Amino acid sequence: MRVLLRNPRREVEVAGRRSVNALLRELGLPRESHLVIRNGTLVPGDADLADDDEVEIRPVISGGV
Amino acid sequence: MVASASKCRTCRAPAIIDLPRHNAHFCAEHFLQLCRRQVTKAVEQFEMLNADDKVLVAVSGGKDSLAVWDMLVELGYHADGLYIGLGIGEYSDTSADYARAFARDRGLHLVEVSLRDEYDYDVPTASRATRRVPCSACGISKRHLFDSAALKGGYTVLVTGHNLDDEAAVLFGNTLRWDVEYLARQLPVLPARDGFPKKVKPLIRLTERETAAWCIVRGIDYLVEECPMAVGNKHLAYKAALNAIEHESPGSKANFYLGFLDNMAPLLAGRSAADEHALNACSSCGAPTTGELCAFCRLVERAAAHEPVPVELLLRKGRSR
Repeated sequence: MRVLLRNPRREVEVAGRRSVNALLRELGLPRESHLVIRNGTLVPGDADLADDDEVEIRPVISGGV
Repeated sequence: MVASASKCRTCRAPAIIDLPRHNAHFCAEHFLQLCRRQVTKAVEQFEMLNADDKVLVAVSGGKDSLAVWDMLVELGYHADGLYIGLGIGEYSDTSADYARAFARDRGLHLVEVSLRDEYDYDVPTASRATRRVPCSACGISKRHLFDSAALKGGYTVLVTGHNLDDEAAVLFGNTLRWDVEYLARQLPVLPARDGFPKKVKPLIRLTERETAAWCIVRGIDYLVEECPMAVGNKHLAYKAALNAIEHESPGSKANFYLGFLDNMAPLLAGRSAADEHALNACSSCGAPTTGELCAFCRLVERAAAHEPVPVELLLRKGRSR
């Protein structure tokens, strides 16, 4: 599957079906500070991701106060 | 494509988000309902807004400020937006585009103030001129311009998009230093006084994961990229530390900050020296200040006299340190 990462914006290819939580763990990204969008729709941590999915992992942390 | 296994706690439809702190999953409709309830609860508990308030929302083009503007309009408040052009290169140009597009698409009014056009400086230049971190000049500028725009426009309340993570991180920093002065002032409502407008933070019961999800579900396009000048600041380190705790013990951030408001803030009432200071009018702009010239006018004096510094120059210097 094609995975879009942000800050900085880049794309990675990940092969094989897995859950959202598993993908975040593999990429070393904390669940609490990221959302995952599959084919344009927000999905929870136990959602399955397949090879033909387009996935965006969006960080949610802002630095300013 | 495979559907998720989890179901919405309320209606059993397929879930779009898991919220470990509520030990629940939600579908889009009931997630939005949860967010509205949390904002309404904060507004009512702390008496933030009245139905007849004229509200000004400080917007940056990011998720929190656009989410709070969207929620308040949806809840029926009369709310305009305020965008401050900070002059942080392409980042500011893009953030302005998001704020303008949001307002235009919804027929809302956006007030704009540009530091460079109206005060002859920008945040990177102010940082270099004062030899302080950019976030310091940015904070002084925004606080002053929020206040002055609210008063000038006849708004009764100024709203900012500070969320639970922001407030928990600030509280964490203040607690690490046992900074009683700042702890005593860390409240979600600052009443109007001596030339300052009333200021409120309706998102204190929502995490930034939830405000980002609100934007995605509501189709709000916002600036995802982080401010290049905020990289490596202490606030981000505090948020990462709190998120590590939250991962092990969901609900910790809410308990920490909302518990502070319930249990600790009342004990600190009246402990802020700022409450005691008599305020004068700034000799230059008339804003309330404890000195002769307010912090903003002192900043303008130094920054406007300095040759413009492109943000790229400041970032290169930061990386080479």
